[in-house]
Amino acid sequence: MKYFFKNRLALIGFIFITIILAFALFAPKIATHNPAAIDTKSILSGPSNSHILGTDTLGRDIFSRIVYGSRISLSIGFIAVGISVGIGIFFGSIAGYYGGKIDSIIMRFIDICLCFPTFFLILAVIALVEPSIFNIMAIIGLTSWMGIARLIRAEILTLKERDFISASRIMGARGSWIILRHLIPNAIGPVLVSATLGMGGAILIESSLSFLGIGVQPPTPSWGNILMDGKSTLGVAWWLTVFPGIFILLTVLAYNLLGEALRDLLEPRIVANERIESK
Amino acid sequence: MAIVECRDIIKYFSVQRGYLKKGAGVVKALDGVSLEIEEGETFGLVGESGCGKTTLGKILLGIISPDSGEVLLKTKEKQAIFQDPYSSLDPKMKVRDIISEGLILKKGSKTRLLERIEKVLDVVRLPKGSLNKYPHQFSGGERQRIAIARAVVTEPEFIVCDEPVSNLDVTIQLQILKLLKEIQEKFRITYLFISHDLRVIKFMCDRVAVMKDGKIVENRGSKEIFTGPVHPYTKLLLSSIPRIF
Ligand SMILES: Nc1ncnc2c1ncn2[C@@H]1O[C@H](COP(=O)(O)OP(=O)(O)OP(=O)(O)O)[C@@H](O)[C@H]1O
Ligand SMILES: [Mg+2]
Repeated sequence: MKYFFKNRLALIGFIFITIILAFALFAPKIATHNPAAIDTKSILSGPSNSHILGTDTLGRDIFSRIVYGSRISLSIGFIAVGISVGIGIFFGSIAGYYGGKIDSIIMRFIDICLCFPTFFLILAVIALVEPSIFNIMAIIGLTSWMGIARLIRAEILTLKERDFISASRIMGARGSWIILRHLIPNAIGPVLVSATLGMGGAILIESSLSFLGIGVQPPTPSWGNILMDGKSTLGVAWWLTVFPGIFILLTVLAYNLLGEALRDLLEPRIVANERIESK
Repeated sequence: MAIVECRDIIKYFSVQRGYLKKGAGVVKALDGVSLEIEEGETFGLVGESGCGKTTLGKILLGIISPDSGEVLLKTKEKQAIFQDPYSSLDPKMKVRDIISEGLILKKGSKTRLLERIEKVLDVVRLPKGSLNKYPHQFSGGERQRIAIARAVVTEPEFIVCDEPVSNLDVTIQLQILKLLKEIQEKFRITYLFISHDLRVIKFMCDRVAVMKDGKIVENRGSKEIFTGPVHPYTKLLLSSIPRIF
């Protein structure tokens, strides 16, 4: 925690994510209007005192829609990444610890999955299932676990040669015990970095899907579909696209800053150098 | 009575010769090793780096299986103390969890967990406050005491000590060796004591086996080996001891 306060950029990222998190948690308190309330008297009005970020084609308040949209964007980030981390850790740790044939099979399976460009894989799957919020989270999660699996496998390959693993085996520990108690806790660092970066990525994928009209379906507001609503009126009402765009951009940036800071924190060499410099 | 026995153990490792040379080479880590370790004794295993000492220890403990040969271990209560206390303790675990792991893994010994851990902490002379700390908060010697506590807490009858003092300062070496002797007397433990340092072997062991290239070349009482070595390799090893002692 101390480290974050030393690193200013990471701190900014952290504060921004906290604000968005507050948006999501206290949306009814923070939103100035009902995000679904149609106001025919103020259609496409620019930023003003009553609508600080303007209104859309139906007169709905953009700020309130962005506040409610943060619920969708953040939860998609968390849950999609949660799914991919879960699957990635499961396959990666089994491949790394048991090695041999199991490892070969899992690694070939990962190679096959990586052959398909993720985004097009998602498009293909969405063509088959209904694009509900849960389905979108699941699809993003199910198509992005391979990197994490590889990461954790590589960590475990070196970790499992350490003496504390031998000690545990001598005391009668089974594979599942060793993986859960020793290997995963020691290999989780780089995964956290990757997961933090992945949250930004998941938000971006959701926005792209919504922008294409195959993501979160209206009237539920998500940053992506607010942006899409503004597409047709880009020339007359810039605030419809610019504001949700800024929120997407800043959130992804914030996640990346956090992820990078976490990486520095966990990379012993760089941190060691920094300690020397600061002395 | 022998508590550990092994006969004609063979273990080869295949190693890649490099990217350009095709085919794999073979390292004969153990090439027909037989030995018996008597209950309550300290059996020394000495030899140069890479001669197969660690591999033999791991085979006796059952975490590597030999290519051929048989191992007879007459107790289930076995433990190990390793050379590098930085690698032998899980860095993400508190000392409390490190020491209790063996008890939790062992069926029917979950009762009075804390009491037993505190008792063993006393035996290795670490303060009670150590329990909530992580391994990196200790010095090398202290870490080795933690490793010893982890080994002793399950009340083992056989412990493989794989170069337990090689990574420590000379002053600390003697403390740890004395601690191991003390523990052996208190709990009647049999040691397989691996080292490449003959002075340490002389201090600790009742009998000694000298290993070279995966084979035991001489296997006799400690006194006999140190006063009248037979095999030329043993003579060579003995002549290389610094004359400080
Ligand atoms: N898992 C493995 N894969 C391939 N080769 C191995 C493996 N383990 C050991 N070896 C090789 O087997 C030989 C014996 O290794 P071992 O670790 O038993 O030696 P050692 O006598 O304990 O040496 P040291 O004194 O350096 O600890 C070495 O040549 C080593 O390179
Ligand atoms: Mg060794």
